[in-house]
Amino acid sequence: MRRVVSVFLPNWATDRQWQLRKAGALPQTPSRESVLRTTGPAAPDPHSLVLTTREGSRRLVYAANQQALSLGVYPGMAVSQAQAMLPKLQVEPADPVGDAAALKRLAGWCLRFSPLAACCAPDGVWIDITGCAHLHGGEDALLNAVLDRLAEAGVNARAAVADTPGCAHAMARHGLDVLCVVPPGGQAKALANLPVRALRLEAEISAALQRLGFDTVGQLAAAPRAPLARRFGGELMRRLDQAMGRVPEPLEPVLPPDLCRVRQGFAEPIATPEDLRRVTVLLAEQLCEKLRLRDQGACRLDLVFLRVDGVAQMVRVGTAAPTRDAAHIARLLVAGIETVDPGFGVESVMLAAPLTDALGARQTLSALTAPAEADLAALIDTLINRLGAGAVFRAAPVESDIPERAVRAAPPLAALGGRNWPAHLPRPPRLLAPPRRVEAMALLPDHPPVQFTWRKKPHRVRRADGPERVYGEWWLDDDAFFAVRDYFQVEDEAGQRFWLFRQGDGERPETGDMGWFLHGLFG
Amino acid sequence: MSPALAALRSRIRLLERSTPRPGRVQAFGVAALDAHLPEGGLACGALHEVAGGGPDEIAAAAATLFVAGILARMERPVLWCTVLRDLYPPGLAYVGLAPGRVLHGTAPDEKTVLLVMEEALRHPGLAAVVGELSRLPMVASRRLALAAEKSGVMALALRRRAEPGLTAAATRWRVTPLPSVALHSPGIGRARWRVELVRCRGGEAAEWVMEACDAQGCLGVPAELGYRQTVAA
Repeated sequence: MRRVVSVFLPNWATDRQWQLRKAGALPQTPSRESVLRTTGPAAPDPHSLVLTTREGSRRLVYAANQQALSLGVYPGMAVSQAQAMLPKLQVEPADPVGDAAALKRLAGWCLRFSPLAACCAPDGVWIDITGCAHLHGGEDALLNAVLDRLAEAGVNARAAVADTPGCAHAMARHGLDVLCVVPPGGQAKALANLPVRALRLEAEISAALQRLGFDTVGQLAAAPRAPLARRFGGELMRRLDQAMGRVPEPLEPVLPPDLCRVRQGFAEPIATPEDLRRVTVLLAEQLCEKLRLRDQGACRLDLVFLRVDGVAQMVRVGTAAPTRDAAHIARLLVAGIETVDPGFGVESVMLAAPLTDALGARQTLSALTAPAEADLAALIDTLINRLGAGAVFRAAPVESDIPERAVRAAPPLAALGGRNWPAHLPRPPRLLAPPRRVEAMALLPDHPPVQFTWRKKPHRVRRADGPERVYGEWWLDDDAFFAVRDYFQVEDEAGQRFWLFRQGDGERPETGDMGWFLHGLFG
Repeated sequence: MSPALAALRSRIRLLERSTPRPGRVQAFGVAALDAHLPEGGLACGALHEVAGGGPDEIAAAAATLFVAGILARMERPVLWCTVLRDLYPPGLAYVGLAPGRVLHGTAPDEKTVLLVMEEALRHPGLAAVVGELSRLPMVASRRLALAAEKSGVMALALRRRAEPGLTAAATRWRVTPLPSVALHSPGIGRARWRVELVRCRGGEAAEWVMEACDAQGCLGVPAELGYRQTVAA
């Protein structure tokens, strides 16, 4: 399921101008226009700014910032009129070329969230976050992160995520909230109440639709298609279908300028798994050569298959430590190729390393003195690739008496620093979670059971050791305040050893009901 | 073993192996076991099977400790692949397998366990790879054995259910709990196992009564048997 974020920057041109000014990139001396204007006694208003463009001999407002807009200035207005309304207005010439270049740089910055971002000129960015949202803690968190970072940079932004670029675009610009998450498949419902111009239509078409009485997208979607298509041409239906996800809308991805990447195009599209594998191995070798020249190792790799129908299929792998071992990279990527659907064929393949780290030549120990320390990073990458990130771990000791809480899953490359569990407390190699209640018979409250029944099979206890008393961790939760367990290691007549505990200390009923539980097996 | 026999055995080993290389060996440190095994211990670049001597999890837990004891006496990190999540690392640490040395992998099914084991066996940085398997087809076991032979990493198949099928393992062990000896005071002594070598390539099946792994992962010879052996000698 595709998920696309659209970020809308309502005041991109003025926000950019503002930042440039703050950073000192623009000349601090006022421009000619502002000099002309500030001859009067009033100093310029530090908060309202308009950018101007020329149309023939007229100077028109090209863009205005939030403050100026709220005071009644609008794009397309004559500058003299705006100045008449707001005498302290700051006026600067517009720079559409610079704006577009900056927008492209912004889209390049968005690649930190996903490997596929695109410009949506003149005032927005698309980010294809398919399969990436969980890396940032979910879609909500991702959108918040985008907006927070932009706000820190002084850029006013709104964002929406939906299944299609069209729907996200519409929700970011015309939705009610600054941040909007359209649930998967919810395009029709989300768009129903938006005005028809939210569909990225030309001004004449949306004006004509409104004349015909179509105010919202919902009305348009419910109307018969054929007459509308005849009246307005295919464009209207195409935009509607794109927003609803009925026809694909490929994005034109941006590439960061210093990205280490290699690309292979084909005269004839390829589709067989063997071909995809072969080209992956080839590209991995080329990429490693490039990385070697830069003394860099890849930490993240994106393999993008561009299909003939314009849809990009992607494999992303991460590595535990920077690497430029071509065979290792190829192995990681080939394992992910199974998920790629080549469709009618792949016409070009790109392999990029969006995240790299320094990896220079390294001094290794001479084999004469000692065997080199095993480098497990490559193996861990392979395992994580195969099993998933949470399924490969080290068991780290936790200082807790509760057996279930004594182990924590630590990252596979974490250094445990020689920590270990107390060596004098016997612990079974197999733990039953949760503990199984057993029927047991004990002579005295402090004694181990004489006999217990597990899975309908009676076990007569011959030998036993215990009790090891474990108190509940009352500082963690209230229920554990009185909890007491007495652990016994017992051996039955066949020599099989079990780890049993009794709930409660036998004196106060609130510590437990004196029930017996089987918690582990020693064998 | 006479020198001539030893020379002949090593020649045969060279002929049989795809990569002619004298294999490293992980000894048990118990004279009776090591002397019986053709290479003087468990061959490192080979597949070994360990099963519990019964259908239930209790015997499988004994087999787990047996495997952990073997790993505890090695140096480098080990990978332990499971499907079920009932392995309790403090129990492994109790027989000497420190948590810093074990890399755990949890697979969704046994097919993935086999894939992961084979992949990991190619990595020479590991000392051993353990996989918990209930089914081990001949082809899969052959693949594991070849991968182990190539890298010199020991492959251990911990069988959750004892199954008599034929595999390419170099040895197959069966561990069954036995009643331990009563102490003079209340309490519980060192556990005792019947350790059976069910299959052994280039050797014969055998059976021992052993004391379970201690805190360093070493098996022990029961006192009364040791006494009897010295009497016989």
